[in-house]
Amino acid sequence: MERIFGRPKGLTALPFHYCPGCTHGVIHRLIGEVLEELDIIEKTIGVAPVGCAGFSLDFFSCDFVGAAHGRAQAVGTGIKRARPDRIVFTYQGDGDIAAIGTAHAIHVAARGEKITSIMVNNAVFGMTGGQMAPTTVAGQVTTTTPYGRDCALVGPPIDLPKTIATLDGAVYVAAASVDSPKNIIQAKKMLKKAFQVQQKGLGFAFVSILSTCPTNWGLSPVDSLKWLQDNMLPIYQMGEIKVTDEVKAL
Amino acid sequence: MNKTLIKGNEAIAEAAIRSDCKLFFGYPITPSTEIVEYLAKHLPKAGGTVLQGEDEIASIYMCYGAAATGARVMTASSSPGFSLKQEGISYLAAAELPVVIVNVNRSGPGLGGLGPSQADYFQATKGGGHGDYRMIVLAPSKGQELYDFTMEAFDLADKYRTPVLIMADGFLGQMMEPVELKDRLPVALPPKDWAADGCEGRAKRKVYSYTLTSEIGEAENLRWQAKFAIMKEAEQRWENFYTEDAEYLLVGYGTCGRIAKSVVLEGRKRGIKLGLIRPITLWPFPDKAFANLDNVKGLLTVELNAGQMIEDVKLAVTCRAPVYLHNRMGGMLPSENEILRKLGQIFHLPVAEEV
Repeated sequence: MERIFGRPKGLTALPFHYCPGCTHGVIHRLIGEVLEELDIIEKTIGVAPVGCAGFSLDFFSCDFVGAAHGRAQAVGTGIKRARPDRIVFTYQGDGDIAAIGTAHAIHVAARGEKITSIMVNNAVFGMTGGQMAPTTVAGQVTTTTPYGRDCALVGPPIDLPKTIATLDGAVYVAAASVDSPKNIIQAKKMLKKAFQVQQKGLGFAFVSILSTCPTNWGLSPVDSLKWLQDNMLPIYQMGEIKVTDEVKAL
Repeated sequence: MNKTLIKGNEAIAEAAIRSDCKLFFGYPITPSTEIVEYLAKHLPKAGGTVLQGEDEIASIYMCYGAAATGARVMTASSSPGFSLKQEGISYLAAAELPVVIVNVNRSGPGLGGLGPSQADYFQATKGGGHGDYRMIVLAPSKGQELYDFTMEAFDLADKYRTPVLIMADGFLGQMMEPVELKDRLPVALPPKDWAADGCEGRAKRKVYSYTLTSEIGEAENLRWQAKFAIMKEAEQRWENFYTEDAEYLLVGYGTCGRIAKSVVLEGRKRGIKLGLIRPITLWPFPDKAFANLDNVKGLLTVELNAGQMIEDVKLAVTCRAPVYLHNRMGGMLPSENEILRKLGQIFHLPVAEEV
């Protein structure tokens, strides 16, 4: 019988050990497919963050470098400057890139660093057990906002792609979600474009992807998808936020 | 011998270029800034890249990324900036990445001042970041050594897969001296068959230091400690100056080692059998230099801090002779005369007149 569906070559054979219903696995798969389709597995170097996605260094079949918390884009910059002929991507959670790593998030975009950064936004610090992240939505209960995020006290959530899009060095900025088949297809298109931007050396490419964290949200996998749709999709700007003319011409 | 009059910081930078260092990531801070300035001007002409990071933290992690691909890379800073690099240095030690780091030590704590200091000794030699790690620390005391040790640091880093620190101070970094700009000697180094530079034609590689399995964590620590033990045995370096018949020993490194040499000569003029042990590696500390103290009646460390190296000297001396401290802090330097007077006071020696 003809095999019509399998693991993309961009992923190793290691089974994912993310929590049930967590969409890291979906996003990993999309990137694995893109690496395979663009035939760049052997020339790509990934950078893993600290947090749940720290395990990504085992899951992708390309070379990988583990970074300190928030520093993936600085590490990615060093790799790319040493090997401009390679494809470099960082895979980071919202806590990693939008809190402790903010300085690098801004400056890697400002420099137009020719790397691709992917932010997985699940509105919490996942691995440490569900604390408030910069992306936690108003009123959301976390272990450090037990009465709900009080925006009068800690401010409203950061929509990082919008900030990054203001910087000239960022040539492609997109925000996706993996809550539905339609959105998953859309997310893959954006991821692919973000890697193609780098292949052409056009500048910094950034894709934010809304993701679920059933364990820390205290919801079932299915309810988590609904929670994302009800609480995250309305407040985060979605779609291609910035596409420069050179990127449009791709 | 053809010498060039060059500033200490520039000697470091020139040595890096001639060591085939291809990348420099740094952030300006006095009194180390001439290093990034010199490299910004000259490294691109040698086919390299200089990138000014958004901060010290970015700079050290850019070094981490570049080193992970197998490239020769350097960063430089001064004390407050060196503090910011500590987390990254811990990561470099754990991921076993060769990076040359320069600390042109200024005074602290806090913002401190721009004068010479050795107050970062503990931070440099005891593992300034988190976790159990050590790195080789070289302490030059003149322009030629700033140049030579920088060149050697790249080879040591590659040989042991470790960060290597050049520990200078504001005095050495800012002073102009004649330096012979030697070419790099060919050295046999292990292949970088661990580098994550794209897996064309080979299995995937990972450069990281993460484990959630305590058994693996312990095994990793034992492996690192075994490497540090090899480095500690093989790399202790120091200079003996009039030590053979010495009854009293000065111990000082860097700028203090240089001043102490004059003190030894002045002491000898006064009939005092005075010598100097000048540590060149601060880690590993040259314990071996203190193996034979049979004739030694006492030691005096000379330091630009509150007394930090003296702890290592006492551990090496193992109570065979008394160890005292003469120090200045906050950017001040000791004079030969004040060190001599201190020797006279402590050990009841006739230091007033030449004999």
